Amino acid sequence: MNTIKKLAGYLWMLISPLLILFLLFEANQKITTATAAVKSNVILQWVIILLIFTPICIGFFIFGKYATAGEYDHLPASSEEV
Amino acid sequence: MSQEKKQNNIAFVIGASSVGTLIEWYDFYIFGMLATIISKQFFPANAGTAALLSTLAIFAAGFIVRPFGALVFGRLGDLIGRKHTFLLTLIIMGGSTFAIGLVPGYATIGWAAPILVLILRLLQGLALGGEYGGAATYVAEHAPAGQRGFWTSWIQTTATLGLFLALGIIILIRSNQGVENFSAEWGGWRYPFWISIILVGVSILIRMRMSESPMFTKLKSEGKTSANPLKESFGQKGNFKMVLLALFGAVMGQGVVWYTGQFYAQSFIETVCKIEFIQSRNIMLVAILMATPCFVLFGWLSDKVGRKWIMLLGMLLAVLTYRPIYQQFLTISSVQNRADKIDLTKTVASAVKVKTDSKEATKIYVTQNFDTAYTDGAVFKYTKTDTLQLGATYNALIPIDALNPSLIVSKSAKPNVVLEKILGHADYWSMIWLVFIQIVYVTMVYGPIAAFLVEMFPTKIRYTSMSLPYHIGNGVFGGLVPFLGTLIVEFTKTAQNPKGDSLAGLWYPIGVAAVCFIIGLIYLTNKIDKNVMD
Repeated sequence: MNTIKKLAGYLWMLISPLLILFLLFEANQKITTATAAVKSNVILQWVIILLIFTPICIGFFIFGKYATAGEYDHLPASSEEV
Repeated sequence: MSQEKKQNNIAFVIGASSVGTLIEWYDFYIFGMLATIISKQFFPANAGTAALLSTLAIFAAGFIVRPFGALVFGRLGDLIGRKHTFLLTLIIMGGSTFAIGLVPGYATIGWAAPILVLILRLLQGLALGGEYGGAATYVAEHAPAGQRGFWTSWIQTTATLGLFLALGIIILIRSNQGVENFSAEWGGWRYPFWISIILVGVSILIRMRMSESPMFTKLKSEGKTSANPLKESFGQKGNFKMVLLALFGAVMGQGVVWYTGQFYAQSFIETVCKIEFIQSRNIMLVAILMATPCFVLFGWLSDKVGRKWIMLLGMLLAVLTYRPIYQQFLTISSVQNRADKIDLTKTVASAVKVKTDSKEATKIYVTQNFDTAYTDGAVFKYTKTDTLQLGATYNALIPIDALNPSLIVSKSAKPNVVLEKILGHADYWSMIWLVFIQIVYVTMVYGPIAAFLVEMFPTKIRYTSMSLPYHIGNGVFGGLVPFLGTLIVEFTKTAQNPKGDSLAGLWYPIGVAAVCFIIGLIYLTNKIDKNVMD
């Protein structure tokens, strides 16, 4: 199981930047195709989405990194282990 | 302390904590449920800046501010104690909710209205971010070992009951007042905000009688409280890795399952299936009421079999069955294949009504209702409105049928048709069961989660550590379900298929729940931490 945990960690590390790139691509596409009447609102929505999901993706990357380093091989059984 | 006294004490702790949390959820939900009216009252129509403020108030406060509230009040709760912190969040939430009900509309005070509403909404978001973690921690730290899942599950019912209360009060006032009085500047929509102050007052009185959490008191007396909870929670790898695991292995999946079952379902029934306003809310109310005991059932069960498998099973069932459930929603409410069921004896067309535009006297709206009744008891109401531009001011004394056709300068190419469906008895109950199934999933993922989170983190930084993943999972991943769901459906619209794939929005909750299920399956342990005193 620990091998699976570590291998899956690489997958999470790969997904994170891809997700950020996907969001940037979508944001760019939606903002450029938005009509003038709704443009400022579309920009605001996508800025909010990027501001929210970029740190989450970074967190997901760190999660993957911890997994590859074997940090989750043994979960703490008491607070002393945390 | 005798066993009976202990039971009475924990029952009081649960009651006092739950009432306050329920009211906070109620306060938070009424804003969202009345968002359409709020945006009309406080924001001018068709103005770019107003739309921005509206987006910020309705969108941002709910999603961005909650994790910040978790950090601010979580830190406070670990420094000064649980009791005083969640008393403070209750006062902030109640005060800001009441104040929203007092803000005059845009027509009276102009730009001050949306700015005040935005500030008050941000305060609501902050308060909610601090409340839940405190209540869950407080109850868990009072609960006897081996019963933590059962007792904290009562706190878990409050979010759903808060929704129930908000829906119930809004329906009651709207039914009594009628749509016009309810939506007026000082109309009935403000009552739910004012009612909040009574509820909050009662809850504050109850909470004042509560004592501090025994575990926190013990830590404080020993001088072992954290000096810097934020640094200890997120600056130390040992704890931060558990925060990440809690978020990606449990809470993000729980968040999307919860918001899909309770919010996306309602939105889908109303806007895609076109079920009438009151009936769509009744469907939600009955389903919620029937499924709520399952929170306690799964909380109790999690004490026996562990938290992990119950939560993961809820996520897996959601991933596998969301699309068939929503397809069934569409089938039940479909107009297709109903031709042979039309009940001609009850099918009627109303008289034509004419309304003059409030700004242009030469522009009129001609409306007619067609109620198609079916043998199964269903009634589909079509309201057809034609917009006519006349060459002169419309004389209301002349019937529209007698209007000289040469007066009509132009007519809308396509009439605006609004469809509202009232389902027959059997289909109504089918809808309720389909929502009920989704809310059972909600109870599976949400019932055990408070106990699960409490057991993951040490007492001295518990409030901070569990609040952040909880509010990112629910406020961000969950809260974005309606928005991203709608956005994904928009992506599927093409010239050949202008309506798009109405089920495509489900890919967001399905995807997030599937990833969370896999992470939970691989990384989480099913072991129950019997000692949360450490």
